[in-house]
Amino acid sequence: MTATDSMIWAQGLRKGFGDVEAVRGIDVDVRRGEAFGFLGPNGAGKSSTMRMVAAVSPISGGELRILGLDPAVDGPEIRARIGVCPQEDTLDTELTVRENLFVYGRYFGLPRKEVRARVDELLEFVQLTEKAGSMVEDLSGGMKRRLTIARSLINRPEVLLLDEPTTGLDPQARHVVWDRLFRLKQQGVTLVLTTHYMDEAEQLTDRLVVMDKGLIVAEGSPLDLIAEHSTREVAELRFGVAQEGDTHEVVARQVEDLADRVEVLPDRLLLYSHDGEETVAKVHERGLEPVATLVRRSTLEDVFLRLTGRTLVD
Amino acid sequence: MAATTPGGAGSPDPARATAPASTLAGALRLLDYWLTVYRRTWKGTIVSSFVTPLLYVVAMGVLLGGFIEGDPAELEGATSYLAFVAPGLVAAQAMTTVIGETTYPVMDMVKWHKVYFGMIAAPLRVGDIMLAHLAFVLFRVALTSAVFLAVMAPFGVFSSVGGVLLAFLVQLLVGLAFATPVYAYAAGAKDESAFNLIFRLGMIPLFLFSGAFFPVANLDAPLELLATITPLWHGVDLTRMLTLGRVDVSAALVHVAYLVVLAALGWRWAARRLQRRLIA
Repeated sequence: MTATDSMIWAQGLRKGFGDVEAVRGIDVDVRRGEAFGFLGPNGAGKSSTMRMVAAVSPISGGELRILGLDPAVDGPEIRARIGVCPQEDTLDTELTVRENLFVYGRYFGLPRKEVRARVDELLEFVQLTEKAGSMVEDLSGGMKRRLTIARSLINRPEVLLLDEPTTGLDPQARHVVWDRLFRLKQQGVTLVLTTHYMDEAEQLTDRLVVMDKGLIVAEGSPLDLIAEHSTREVAELRFGVAQEGDTHEVVARQVEDLADRVEVLPDRLLLYSHDGEETVAKVHERGLEPVATLVRRSTLEDVFLRLTGRTLVD
Repeated sequence: MAATTPGGAGSPDPARATAPASTLAGALRLLDYWLTVYRRTWKGTIVSSFVTPLLYVVAMGVLLGGFIEGDPAELEGATSYLAFVAPGLVAAQAMTTVIGETTYPVMDMVKWHKVYFGMIAAPLRVGDIMLAHLAFVLFRVALTSAVFLAVMAPFGVFSSVGGVLLAFLVQLLVGLAFATPVYAYAAGAKDESAFNLIFRLGMIPLFLFSGAFFPVANLDAPLELLATITPLWHGVDLTRMLTLGRVDVSAALVHVAYLVVLAALGWRWAARRLQRRLIA
């Protein structure tokens, strides 16, 4: 039934809160050493799934095994062997950076000496050594997130769960976090993360599932998903509102035969085709004059749009 | 760094993270957390621990008491108003200390800074977290009560050393009897406005009418009955018996039983409410 080197294994997994079904039956199998992602918009059920996997939320239906163990029976054993970086920081802001890590290490039953050594090592890893004596409330958002990541590694977890690891961070801080996570991945730590940033999913994950309304709507590597659900390139066309009253819908009907697929967004048209430049040239041949054009590769955002008819971040 | 340890249990390795074997073992893992917190906060509490009892004793016991005739027949056996009011003040202070420590601080842990959510993500359980926090609250009560009793000793209001030591232990019981239900209330409360009920309808009336400042026999019969079913009255009466050296054993046992039952019921309620808050 459950494979032994499955780090996380779920079948028909459900989570309901009263009348609301947040997760409506999903199958997941995360293997050792893999970087696995849950991609989806807010409210897709990602965080509910992560809390069940973190063994702090009882499942409402289906089956779930983490490290081969049942969270309903062996919650504390599971939590001793995983690391959790929650969406909201749960640091003690009145303690220093070092104290936060030290007391957390002690929760895992590790000897003080061992914890002290690990704290130094982790401060170095997340580049917070110079901030070791600072109060957490004085740290920037990016530093707090790095501290939370360091804290989640204090028990040398076999699986690291990251719920929206870079939400709310500025671009520079995001790249620092990505770099650290990438290093962990290279060291062989199994990463499981949720995100609504498609670039994050593309950068960090080997395999991901796209979630929408509590269900998995697609599964694969980022490249496979793009190949399967989108075209090689996308031409983005923006038309001025003055263009003789033409709305994007009207233009879409005029060009729909030029591309494999046309998506109408509030501010632009997306034309999916193998060769974006050629498509743009054909649009011009029809006498249409977009005020701005952009030809780019397809991304997971396009996959999501295709599968759900909605954008990831709105 | 973060190397994957091979699955399956081998020989016990001190560097290996584990689940605690018992609630006590789990609570002990939180010792360093609470020590760190206390190291950061003790200076702020120590001054009030000394000054508050002095202010009370001088204002209530000496100055107000100067107007009150020390008639043992009127004062439950006390030979001065100071000797009457001192044990009442000690027990009332145990109550107010506990309510202070189990309202806003508990809400902070579950709602504002969510420190408990960090703890429950580690291999700790709800009972471990509660036991450690309540042990810290009792430690605070022990300190403030010890200081309070020490400050009053020179005023000659205690009949014996043994009585005072037992009275000190009673403060821990009074503290626990208030700590668990108020903790339970705070652990499940939506926001801090819920505490108005505790302070205005709970703490202040209990403080004023539970026999700390005047014998409850002075109240009309129905109010006297009401006063004698409140937890603080049981604590005050028990403390006073011990400091005055006039112990009625059967009444004392009733007081102890009442406070133990309240603490136990509060613990069960707290465990349920905190479980619902943290594990959902």
